[in-house]
Amino acid sequence: MTLANTLAALPLAVRKLNPRTMVHSPVMFTVLIGSLVCTLVSVQQLAAGSPAAVFSIWVTVWLWLTVLFGNLSEAIAEGRGKAQADSLRAARTSVMARRRVPARVSAPSGAASGLGAGFAEELVAGTDLAVGDIVVCEAGDLVPSDGDVIEGLASVDESAITGESAPVIRESGGDRSSVTGGTRVLSDRIVVRITAASGKTFLDRMIALVEGATRQRTPNEIALNVLLASLTIVFVVCVMALAPMAQFAGALPTPVVLVALLVCLIPTTIGALVPAIGIAGMDRLIQHNVLATSGRAVETAGDITTLLLDKTGTITYGNRRAVEFVPADGVDPRVLAATARLSSLADETPEGRSIVELALPRAGGSGPVTGPVTGPEELTPDVEVIEFSAATRMSGLNLPSGHPANPGTGVLEVRKGAASAVVSYAKERGGFEPQEVEEAVLEISGTGGTPLLVAVFDGGRARILGTIHLADVVKPGMTARFAELRAMGIRTIMITGDNKITAGAIAGEAGVDDFLAEATPEDKLEVIRREQRAGRLVAMTGDGTNDAPALAAADVGVAMNSGTSAAKEAANMVDLDSDPTKLIDVVGIGKQLLITRGSLTTFSVANDVAKYFAIVPALFAATFPGLGLLNIMGLHSPESAILSAVIFNAIIIVLLVPLALRGVKYRAVSAARALSRNLLVYGLGGVIAPFIGIKFIDLAVALIPTIG
Amino acid sequence: MELNTFSFMTQMAMLALALGIVHQPFGAYLARTFTSRRHLALERGLYRLSGVDPQADQHWKVYLRSLLAFSAVSILVVFLGQLLQGVLPLNQGHGAVDPWIAINTAVSFATNTNWQTYVPEATLGLGVQMLLLAVQNFLSAAVGLAVVVALVRGLVRSETSRIGNFWVDLARGAIRVLLPLSVVGAVVLILTGVVQNWGGTDIHTLAAHAAQTVPGGPVASQEAIKELGTNGGGYFNANSAHPLENPTAFSSLFEVFLLLLIPFTLPAMYGRMVGDRRQGHTVLTVMVAFWLASSTLMAWAVGAYARTGTGVGEGFEQRFGAAPSAIFATATTLTSTGAVNVAHDSLPPLAGGLAMLNMMLGEIAPGGVGSGLYGLLVLAIVAVFIGGLMVGRTPEFLGKKIGAGPMKLVAFYILTTPVLALAGTSLTVAIPSLSANAPAAGPHGFSEILYAFTSAANNNGSAFGGITTSGPPLAAMLALVMLLGRFVPIALVLALAGTLAGQRKVPDTAGTLATHGPLFATLLGGVSLLVAALTYFPALALGPAAEGILK
Repeated sequence: MTLANTLAALPLAVRKLNPRTMVHSPVMFTVLIGSLVCTLVSVQQLAAGSPAAVFSIWVTVWLWLTVLFGNLSEAIAEGRGKAQADSLRAARTSVMARRRVPARVSAPSGAASGLGAGFAEELVAGTDLAVGDIVVCEAGDLVPSDGDVIEGLASVDESAITGESAPVIRESGGDRSSVTGGTRVLSDRIVVRITAASGKTFLDRMIALVEGATRQRTPNEIALNVLLASLTIVFVVCVMALAPMAQFAGALPTPVVLVALLVCLIPTTIGALVPAIGIAGMDRLIQHNVLATSGRAVETAGDITTLLLDKTGTITYGNRRAVEFVPADGVDPRVLAATARLSSLADETPEGRSIVELALPRAGGSGPVTGPVTGPEELTPDVEVIEFSAATRMSGLNLPSGHPANPGTGVLEVRKGAASAVVSYAKERGGFEPQEVEEAVLEISGTGGTPLLVAVFDGGRARILGTIHLADVVKPGMTARFAELRAMGIRTIMITGDNKITAGAIAGEAGVDDFLAEATPEDKLEVIRREQRAGRLVAMTGDGTNDAPALAAADVGVAMNSGTSAAKEAANMVDLDSDPTKLIDVVGIGKQLLITRGSLTTFSVANDVAKYFAIVPALFAATFPGLGLLNIMGLHSPESAILSAVIFNAIIIVLLVPLALRGVKYRAVSAARALSRNLLVYGLGGVIAPFIGIKFIDLAVALIPTIG
Repeated sequence: MELNTFSFMTQMAMLALALGIVHQPFGAYLARTFTSRRHLALERGLYRLSGVDPQADQHWKVYLRSLLAFSAVSILVVFLGQLLQGVLPLNQGHGAVDPWIAINTAVSFATNTNWQTYVPEATLGLGVQMLLLAVQNFLSAAVGLAVVVALVRGLVRSETSRIGNFWVDLARGAIRVLLPLSVVGAVVLILTGVVQNWGGTDIHTLAAHAAQTVPGGPVASQEAIKELGTNGGGYFNANSAHPLENPTAFSSLFEVFLLLLIPFTLPAMYGRMVGDRRQGHTVLTVMVAFWLASSTLMAWAVGAYARTGTGVGEGFEQRFGAAPSAIFATATTLTSTGAVNVAHDSLPPLAGGLAMLNMMLGEIAPGGVGSGLYGLLVLAIVAVFIGGLMVGRTPEFLGKKIGAGPMKLVAFYILTTPVLALAGTSLTVAIPSLSANAPAAGPHGFSEILYAFTSAANNNGSAFGGITTSGPPLAAMLALVMLLGRFVPIALVLALAGTLAGQRKVPDTAGTLATHGPLFATLLGGVSLLVAALTYFPALALGPAAEGILK
């Protein structure tokens, strides 16, 4: 919170003084009414020339400041969103779209297309597009609205919405088919079917969201407001009842003093900060590059008790990696490594690369494959590359004679592939599967890894040289995060298409609580339903169209921005970075939102103790001098005591605005530890802090001539 | 008279020991009583006679309607019985009761308040005492038990809006719990010397030609249920300060034991019914902590005042000393009993203020029969709400989410009693003709009025004395406050039970705020104290505090 954005928020804060806006917060509305009453009383006292007018005016001014500070906190929070909204709005400038229409006999104006017969294009304003329209975008064009790519492939700059400058690929079919209005096509040409009408696009929703225009109260916020309203009513009754009681005792305070007491007692601190806390929670999510469709979803995230996490990409690196070579008996490990490397030289998949990487420092030696094994220059044009196919389930190279790696006279075939495929390849060529290789295959499978066999054939008998162990590698730090989640009471379930053995091994290594192997999208949905039947709240991430039902069923569904528009539509949050591990951060943000509200409520109510000790002796010590004993702070005079309490009450709002915006510090600890810490800081601290604050303010107030 | 600290500590220790021994087995008995499927022959007969289907499981609204209808009939019967006393048998010569006093008394006994604006000896005969008031002592306590049992069912059950059968709960509370206990209690009291006969005994001392009538009546039998049901309406005007209601030091301590017995036992029942005894322990811990702290403070306030030289004397229990007075005064205001063995008007100002604060806490430590536990459970929901937010979860209490629905009910509950007490007090002090009923000067007069309305709103029934409440305006106002102070909270609690029962249970995890253990007990105690203290601070400052620091 800088001075600049505080000043920028001032006009909005003043506009929010409108009673029709204020009435939504019963606490602050009560302060507004009180301020009006005090203003009238002050004017009347001033007109009558009463000496009490000075004190009344001081109190009145601070009461108005209390109202203003409350509005200011909300305005500052909204101001932050406004800045983001403005930069987003820049991306929403009016775009002309090239709509594809069926060709007529006499083609209408507009560029004749090279699309082939049957289609023509017309230029229309982006805002005139309807759902289902087909548009064409080429390099340099802005995508006019949200849609799915139905033809072609293009690189797209999405920095306008994600802030990520590296372009992404969008192509028809598959899980990367959605494009967002306002992003720019950098290369190639795509045909897009529009899925969102103007004003309802992703960008529009995002702008509305960060501006807080569609902010609705969340369930917990409503419940909290009920509590705050009831406390307000209690104190209104309490102060109203005090008037006749005090009169009975012959010590009737002025209306200004009664209003001051009331405003000090009602929970103004939390009442003023509740909207800012809610907006700031949403804002924190946006800073994490996650968009939520509603504040409710953010709040629900804090309640999540079960996380469904996809294994691939979330828990493990996206792909399996080579971790070990297991040679057959009598095979030099360096030869196996060299051969494995050769077999993968042309293999551009991440798995193939990981084999090359693992082999490089290990390769060498003599055998069927010898010679320098140093670089890709070995892939001479006469080397025949055997691509992997689903039918053969093998890949490799055929090295002609004379190739540095082929000492023989004939063609040397180098293969790697699935165990059964390589075994039958070898057997057809006079080879056999050595006992120890068979055992290694079983062992690797047993630990959840994938065994690949390496074989060579030089025209004589094929030989199986050994096994490559491919394994899923758990991302570093994941185990610790799962332990944290467990401490917070959140169950993690890993979802994978792998078989049970593989899944179990990874689940054990990562330390998740449960796993679902050989999962189909229907299984995911079933797990969600099962957890929900048991009363748990489930969060999951997804990107594919077939994830959509599960995303919709989950209490918190986070879709990857790279995913399909069906997935984004079904989810209640979208992660612009497409980082599935962010689900864990989202849970933390949800919890922090609630903790901030709870802690400030406790603080606000605990403050009342000190305010009573300031005001009650000030009200009645003149009549009952014994009550002066309650003036434990030793405040200067009755007027200074009351004014100090009112000033403290106003200033504390401003002081707590940064905390409300930043959120109370959140740690992944058990409920008991979180509670004892927050009770100590905000409960006990809330009792003590105002005693000190009011005393210091009183020292300053005592210097005001007519009050001191 | 000085306060004997050793005597105070011994008596407190005896009470704690006796309650400590019985509360678990008795709590288990209560839990069995209210969960059993079997009906006693006597109960079956009553159900057949009254046309009640004991198998029916009632929606909370039906439960509430049954309860309200039953209480309305109770009030009407007691009211008419007093009006017609002159023509009814066993009136011992007493005629019709003044209608304003009669309605005040009828409401008072049906709401478990037992505020007595009449002088029993001069107003009521045996018939009204035994057949109307004593019966209400049983029934109003059984109503309280029924409500708390319904609330606990609401916490236990899921996905239903049915919370039990009011008629069955009422019958079981009266027949299986209160009746046998009060028989035993009455016998013990007779042994200590409490009278039990059919009226006064005339004594003629021939030598001195003096004739006097020693008052009498079925006192012991009424005394037992007066304490057990936390009712508090004395057979005699002097209540338990009357030697025939409370003859010995032992009977005084035994009466305190009786009035604490059921309220201190209910947490054990609650723990068993929700299937987690730790929940009961925690609630009990909070109750006991308040009881011990308040009793000690009361003893300190009385003892310190006694040493100032003015001494305590008038209005105090001369036979037993100050310690039993402090113990009794604390127990009777912390529960909704209101029986007294010392005139609370004569308590030193701070002790009187403490008696008021005990009631202002909402009578939760341990509170009235049933009402104490349901009051504390409502506060537990507030504590859970604030605590739950502070750990970052939508608050849950025993697996039930505390959203806006339950919070509204809880908020209204917390509002009701203070609004009634403060509004009644301020209205009375604002109208000179009303405040003239409390003629004491200065803050003491104010204390008398504040005490009366606090006592009525919380259904306590004890009085500061000094104030005359038998005139129509005050009698009616207090009756209204008692009525609303009893049935508005009950309606809210039953609605809460229905709302909670309708929810699905959320399983416990490490992220759930535990509602047992020292941390939650501290939170609950803090919330209870803060809510009461903040609401009543100014009123207490103008009454007992102003008076106390003055003197």
